[in-house]
Amino acid sequence: MAEGEGRTNGRIGAAFDRLRARGRKAFIPFIMAGDPDLETTVRLVPELERAGSHVVELGIPFSDPVADGPVIQRAGMRALRHGYALGDYLRAVVEIRRVSEVPLVIFSYLNPVLQYGMERLAREARAAGVDGALITDITPEEGAEYRDCMRRHQLDCIFLAAPTSSPGRVRRIAECSSGFIYVVSRAGVTGARRELSDTVRPTVARVRAHTALPIVVGFGISAPEQVRSVWEVADGAVVGSAIVAEMEKGGDAAGLLSRTGAFCRWLAGGGA
Amino acid sequence: MPDSPITGPDRRGRYGAYGGRFVPETLVGPLEELEDAYRKVSADPGFRRELEELLRSYVGRPTPLTRVRRLERFLGTGRVYLKREDLTHTGAHKINNAIGQALLARRMGKKRLIAETGAGQHGVATATVAALFGMECEIYMGTEDMRRQELNVFRMRLLGARVNPVDSGSRTLKDAINEAMRDWVANVADTHYLLGSVLGAHPYPWIVRDFQSVIGREARAQVLEAEGRLPDLLIACVGGGSNAMGLFYDFLGDPEVRMVGVEAGGRGAALGEHAARFGGGRLGVLQGTYSYVLQDENGQIAATHSVSAGLDYASVGPEHAYLHDSGRVTYTSVTDELALEAFQLLARHEGIIPALESAHAVAELVRLAPGLDADSLVVLNLSGRGDKDVAQAARILADRHDGRGIDG
Repeated sequence: MAEGEGRTNGRIGAAFDRLRARGRKAFIPFIMAGDPDLETTVRLVPELERAGSHVVELGIPFSDPVADGPVIQRAGMRALRHGYALGDYLRAVVEIRRVSEVPLVIFSYLNPVLQYGMERLAREARAAGVDGALITDITPEEGAEYRDCMRRHQLDCIFLAAPTSSPGRVRRIAECSSGFIYVVSRAGVTGARRELSDTVRPTVARVRAHTALPIVVGFGISAPEQVRSVWEVADGAVVGSAIVAEMEKGGDAAGLLSRTGAFCRWLAGGGA
Repeated sequence: MPDSPITGPDRRGRYGAYGGRFVPETLVGPLEELEDAYRKVSADPGFRRELEELLRSYVGRPTPLTRVRRLERFLGTGRVYLKREDLTHTGAHKINNAIGQALLARRMGKKRLIAETGAGQHGVATATVAALFGMECEIYMGTEDMRRQELNVFRMRLLGARVNPVDSGSRTLKDAINEAMRDWVANVADTHYLLGSVLGAHPYPWIVRDFQSVIGREARAQVLEAEGRLPDLLIACVGGGSNAMGLFYDFLGDPEVRMVGVEAGGRGAALGEHAARFGGGRLGVLQGTYSYVLQDENGQIAATHSVSAGLDYASVGPEHAYLHDSGRVTYTSVTDELALEAFQLLARHEGIIPALESAHAVAELVRLAPGLDADSLVVLNLSGRGDKDVAQAARILADRHDGRGIDG
């Protein structure tokens, strides 16, 4: 299999294959692991799966998240207050895997990964049941060692493609990715927007020219109509800040789970 | 480019293992564009001429090299010269880089400048060049720093810039850089991010060092003219490290010139109490570059403390990390306490009120003085003037002297 076609891990590739066979698209929620605590995260992921999620992105918090807007920054701060180590997040994944087979992608920044040890993280994440990783501040140029680690442990390596990525970089990103490619809908940080950016369609088309991998779109998607619009041009839609903002409204644990589940059903039910 | 054995960075923006470009994908295109534009102007004599003319007629360069005889006598050292960056327009070395980058931004067709600021000197320099070139300007500044540096906040506003308070994290320089990066990522089409130190993703550490290297070029010529030989020792404070790189760069190829970079020792050795990255930092990535970083065991960036806002940062420029490991430059740290003493010492002996940042370099000179013989020749970078710090120093010294003020 050519590098860019590499579905190194079963769950992500299989999920997109099933969707493709039925002519459907993926709904991918992002939540910050540990927000408001890891016990909630462990119970929330199966709830997200029941609500129609095909892949779940688990944020691992970092103190200085330059790619994130205020909503996800605040979620990260809530998680950081517990002082969890990376190992605690992986133990939560082990718990999730007792009850759910939904594909899991960890979403973080490079520095916590470097301190834990890249090789150790890849090995332990794979053993815990993680399927892929997206490290926001690693690009293909700086990512050779990272990709080797991930590949050695059969984890999918997801890179971002942006409206500002040059044609040469789009090709490089496509070659270096596995699992799926994440297209950033617009130049900017994460955060809900009313309108879907008009850069989505051309950026997806530029990426599509270089890959047969599934393409998902995220950043700024916050309503069922936007999810449907993304599904018209790509293979999946990621919703982050809107879900995290819904969780931020608080309430007791049971209420938070059912409310977040219902919110995702509303988002995902938009056109499925 | 001056002759030097160390002409880094390499093609990937690395200084040895350090540096690089660790940013979200959206910023890679703009950083490549900036690198290409900078390569073009570096080879363009027209750009050089325009920059030199502005440095002469607007910034007031060359800045003097001042011998401080009363301080020499007091310390019992050989000859000590201050490189007077405090005498530039706006009062600190930051203007050298701000002018250079603003010219570059204008060539790139950008209409809007954004910048982070810690002590406020870089914010003032950026607001100044934005006014000079008729560009829109927004400055990000931590609320803790805005409190410490009210005067500079007023100056920026007076110069027509918008000052955006940053209330996240430690509310200091690091958090201001995060916000500036978030602004840039959303507005790259018309905006230039005018980063103020030898930090961040490639090509910033390289561009900023080049624009600041005028300090060392002048100092070298001036000390040769005054003394007929190279100095034995250079001293400069190191926050991100731009004034130090600016002074050191032209001397890196002269093995007889010893160099000391002075970090902020704050109020203690515990994590969170200082900004001495070479004292307590571990290797990591913060804000686009691989270097020494103050962080906890989980890789979360630590809070830092220094009496001087301009040194209060958790990482250090990657070229300094390289110079540290290679042993070419020695890095030390000076506490708040000693910096405040040096602040007063220079004021009383020479009639020069240094910035609290630069006072750290003066304090290091005081510490090294007993080991310097009568023939020694020292150049210290007085990176900025202390006007901005007077209100804060008055508060601290009044508290310390039990309400009797500094005459007590």
